[in-house]
Amino acid sequence: MSFDPYAPSRETTEGTVFSVTGGDWDSLIQEIGSTKEERVVVNMGPQHPSTHGVLRLVLELEGETVTEVRCGIGYLHTGIEKNIEFRNWTQGTTFVTRMDYLAPLFNETAYCLAIEKLLGITDDVPERATVIRVMMMELNRISSHMVALGTGALELGAITPMFFAFREREIVLDLFEMISGLRMNMAYIRPGGVQQDLPEGAIPKIRDAVKLMRKNFKDNSTLLIGNAIWLKRTQGIGYLDLAGATTLGITGPVLRSTGLPWDLRKMQPYCGYENYNFDVVTADTCDVYGRFLIRMNELEQSLRIIEQTLDKLEKLEGAPVMVADKKIAWPAQLALGSDGLGNSLNHIREIMGTSMESLIHHFKLVTEGFQVPAGQVYQVVESPRGELGAHVVSDGGTRPYRVHFREPSFNNLQATSAMSEGGMIADIIGAVASIDPVMGGVDR
Amino acid sequence: MTENGMFGARDTGDTSGYGGLVRTAITTGSSERPYGSYFDDVADDLERAYPEFSTAIERVVVDRGELTLHIKREKLCEVALILRDTLKFETCMGVSGVHYPLNAGRELVAVYPLLSMTHNRRLRLEVSVTDSDPHIPSLVDVWAGNNWHERETFDMFGIIFDNHPGLTRILMPDDWQGHPQRKDYALGGIAVEYKGATIPAPDNRRSYN
Repeated sequence: MSFDPYAPSRETTEGTVFSVTGGDWDSLIQEIGSTKEERVVVNMGPQHPSTHGVLRLVLELEGETVTEVRCGIGYLHTGIEKNIEFRNWTQGTTFVTRMDYLAPLFNETAYCLAIEKLLGITDDVPERATVIRVMMMELNRISSHMVALGTGALELGAITPMFFAFREREIVLDLFEMISGLRMNMAYIRPGGVQQDLPEGAIPKIRDAVKLMRKNFKDNSTLLIGNAIWLKRTQGIGYLDLAGATTLGITGPVLRSTGLPWDLRKMQPYCGYENYNFDVVTADTCDVYGRFLIRMNELEQSLRIIEQTLDKLEKLEGAPVMVADKKIAWPAQLALGSDGLGNSLNHIREIMGTSMESLIHHFKLVTEGFQVPAGQVYQVVESPRGELGAHVVSDGGTRPYRVHFREPSFNNLQATSAMSEGGMIADIIGAVASIDPVMGGVDR
Repeated sequence: MTENGMFGARDTGDTSGYGGLVRTAITTGSSERPYGSYFDDVADDLERAYPEFSTAIERVVVDRGELTLHIKREKLCEVALILRDTLKFETCMGVSGVHYPLNAGRELVAVYPLLSMTHNRRLRLEVSVTDSDPHIPSLVDVWAGNNWHERETFDMFGIIFDNHPGLTRILMPDDWQGHPQRKDYALGGIAVEYKGATIPAPDNRRSYN
């Protein structure tokens, strides 16, 4: 064996190990070909453009056939669940929003619904706040599915769908910025309601965006649905049937691709989803193509829900967006100023100039926070990736005792081996992309 | 079990009044029948299918519209199989751990949220063990999807799931010392100084609990 600066090899008890750093692939192939071993173990990721983030896949290959896949995760672990225990209940929203960073509003909603359940104020949350939550979640579902479709196609070698998808996502993020001041990680949904009301002129703008998106979605669907190359890369790939999905606890589009119309928005409604007309999209192919079609068609269902929320919001103009209980509601009336977020001047005038009690109240609630009666709840929402469950425990204090998120990405990623073992190495990419794991959510 | 004071202040030194706080361990009672909703049906079905119900189930708690069964760890696998096959709780949504250092004899708790898609029902199992003997039988054979969840709970709390096919750390590095989500594991962090004012690390800030 000659020395190769790009792929030096060394002997271990497990066999010869090659460290590939790029460069001369021919000599590497030659060297591997000279070993007697048929089996090759390859590390894919955690820094790899096709693994959907910092996911590490340990592949055992025989030729191009994958015999075993193991996932290595934890590269994005940030200790969010631990950190929440040292902040008050409201501050927790700024942490949970950063878990699954493509679906921040779902994390916030699950967390806030859980707190509201613990407080026993689920029915006191104003209707306008609930409708805004639904609208924001459905917008978020669109932006999240857009990343799933765009990056999924990109990873399989199709670049154009990514441009179209990110163009649509940009429309949604612009709306988020207009409404909350932030494009991502907005901590907009708070215990008791939402952080602030919609800005003036928001509803017509959202209506225009819905119209534009409905037109634009056709670009991607005409590009991919029925496309011969796309079909070859996705049909029959990443097969997982209903029995496999149930025992692995798989939910979301992957479960619905087995033909089971399981959607928590329909089955166990929260946030008043029972009042909206929409269909649960399914496929019966159990493969990557089925999951792709589900995401595509869910976009239209989300648009339908958004239109219904806008009709409701027009009727609820001027209604409160935060629970009436002043012991829970955030004291400051935030208003979106020309410089982004800001306190309302009227509120500052009141606490600084006229009412000392208001000042004390503001200070207590902001620094100390409110107390939540002891107990535990498990609150679920249907996130773009499946069942997002928040297990929240309170000991009666002003800080969460324990917050655990049952992340659909974390759970669904377990299906990688079942989906790809026995298949070709190139099809792992499609299978993982169809699970749509977001590593921020997997590792938390 | 109780814990006195806050920020380590005992007699004097703390003028805020929080030094006088007394915290007691969290205790949960058990609920009486009727439990309401579909919970009675679940309990009836389980009693019928599992004759040892009264010995295996320590407590039945209905709180905030959710049903919790506290199960003896020796009986966990039996109950889980019956719940899956007879009561049709086909999916387990994972495991979440909770550490209650003040609850002597039940310091570590594993919480399993179950879902029955057939009946559209939910149920929660709770198993508690001591700090000194943190062993719980693994449910990977019953619900394969529990594999990673049990590894995470082991990683974060040090609960050892017996008969797990490969109980290794999953989120923390393999050579990490300690189990971060336990209450005796400090958050860490450093104080931040800005324009002369010092803001202490989060775990050293004033607590109002």
